Amino acid sequence: MGMTMTQKILAAHAGLDKVEPGQLIRCKLDIVHGNDVTTPVAINEFNKAGFTDVFDKNKITMIMDHFTPNKDIKSAMNTKQCRDFASNLKIKNYYDVGDMGIEHALLPEKGLVTAGDCIIGADSHTCTYGALGAFSTGVGSTDMAAGMATGEAWFKVPTAIKFNLKGKLNKFVMGKDVILHIIGMIGVDGALYKSMEFSGEGLASLSMDDRLSMANMAIEAGAKNGIFAVDEVTTAYLDMRTQRPYKIYEADPDAVYDEVYDIDLSEIKSTVAFPHLPENTRTIDEVGDVKIDQVVIGSCTNGRMEDMEIAAEILKGKHVHPNVRCIIIPATQQIYLDSIKKGLMEIFINAGCAVSTPTCGPCLGGHMGILAAGERAVATTNRNFVGRMGHPESEVYLASPAVAAASAITGKISGADELM
Amino acid sequence: MKVSGFVHKYGDNVDTDVIIPARYLNSPDAKELAQHCMEDIDIDFVKNVKNGDIIVAEQNFGCGSSREHAPLAIKASGISCVIASTFARIFYRNAINIGLPIMECNEAAKGIDKGDEVEIDFDSGVITNKTKNQTYQAQPFPDFIKEIIAAGGLLNSLKK
Repeated sequence: MGMTMTQKILAAHAGLDKVEPGQLIRCKLDIVHGNDVTTPVAINEFNKAGFTDVFDKNKITMIMDHFTPNKDIKSAMNTKQCRDFASNLKIKNYYDVGDMGIEHALLPEKGLVTAGDCIIGADSHTCTYGALGAFSTGVGSTDMAAGMATGEAWFKVPTAIKFNLKGKLNKFVMGKDVILHIIGMIGVDGALYKSMEFSGEGLASLSMDDRLSMANMAIEAGAKNGIFAVDEVTTAYLDMRTQRPYKIYEADPDAVYDEVYDIDLSEIKSTVAFPHLPENTRTIDEVGDVKIDQVVIGSCTNGRMEDMEIAAEILKGKHVHPNVRCIIIPATQQIYLDSIKKGLMEIFINAGCAVSTPTCGPCLGGHMGILAAGERAVATTNRNFVGRMGHPESEVYLASPAVAAASAITGKISGADELM
Repeated sequence: MKVSGFVHKYGDNVDTDVIIPARYLNSPDAKELAQHCMEDIDIDFVKNVKNGDIIVAEQNFGCGSSREHAPLAIKASGISCVIASTFARIFYRNAINIGLPIMECNEAAKGIDKGDEVEIDFDSGVITNKTKNQTYQAQPFPDFIKEIIAAGGLLNSLKK
């Protein structure tokens, strides 16, 4: 029996020739990552257990992105604790206000994560780096503490679901629509404990930004990780960024999958997830008349350059609806700068959008766009649980940047096709 | 080891945002987090919960974020065990790593109702519903996980 891509990467990092689904293994880690919410808990556990140094100061990354720039005194205390810890132990890849970006946009952009890696991060969306052909999964703070101390983590070898992609996306349809479509199809626990493996001839037409937003939401189907076959798009992306050597793993031709789904990208329509689960999806022609109060374009799911570009294409020369607040958050300083250079910021501000320094802020109801009772937002973020963006009686509708920008103009959930 | 308590019952897909809303994540302090545990799904939970009580839920308990604050809040609120049909995988790891006892048992999750008095024997995996006079057999943990639990959590198990 052959191995899946994920099984091969796990076997290599466990020093084994072969692994079987269900096997418990201990893997060497290439990167151990945390943010300003999860790292303080990890530092407390690390200290309490009596550890005094990390396994490798170059293989730990810390990014202050959730409640930053510090939203209140408690958040300031948390980032101070992380800053002091990183400084004392000389942790090289510590990113704070001014050079930080949203973690899952920043680490690939900086080339700190790469194909063939085995990565844990104390943030559920750590699965994003699977887009690069890495095994990457979210864990909690105690696993992060153990990873910082030992450079290892235990895993149960997962089975996998294969998504065989063919065809090409239509104009204004994005990777976000594909992953929402898939979550709608298999449900929020459809891939529980499993890998989601993406491959097929359709892959070639998907940009790295599309792939990153798809792998990002694998956790929203309950998956352990999402992973993309490595192709020319991947190597072109990595060659421009990473200094580290990378390794390409391919699934064996006789790898066994729990299920195989064929997805024709040309048939995917703009898709919206209604409250309060990412699986409550409807295609844009089925949404009906849903008036909105706020739009958020950003987050680790959709705050990348192509997301900014498509939002600007739709907002250019138009104005945000008078009843809507539109907040646009480029995910990294580089994306912010490139958006300025390309004139996108001028388009956003002329259209009446608020633009912010990178932060996770509104996605998890932290700051920078909290909803009142009864308010509705269309957001390019990843979760629409009860109370996710503010008041427990508010509502979040998940969509692509194209749908979000179009909805900001019309004041109700709308497809970009209606405007263009 | 056995625990016994009264049940707080929930359905499918109880996510970490309702277990502990992100607006309280600016504190890593478990006691402070416990004051807001389950707030967005059950406003009376904090008022009603007693030491030793048990949470019973159905599919995919703890889905969503990796915040360890979720099992920490549940543990610090006095809950002695969470029983569910299935757990989301990061919550499952986190609960074991911090020493919050959990049990995967679909029959118990379906058969137990709010307010029932339930006893759990962690050694045998037998769950007894004293109110309804029913018993259920939970999945036993693999030995590897039993060792982490016996050591009092992941970091303690590494120190040995």
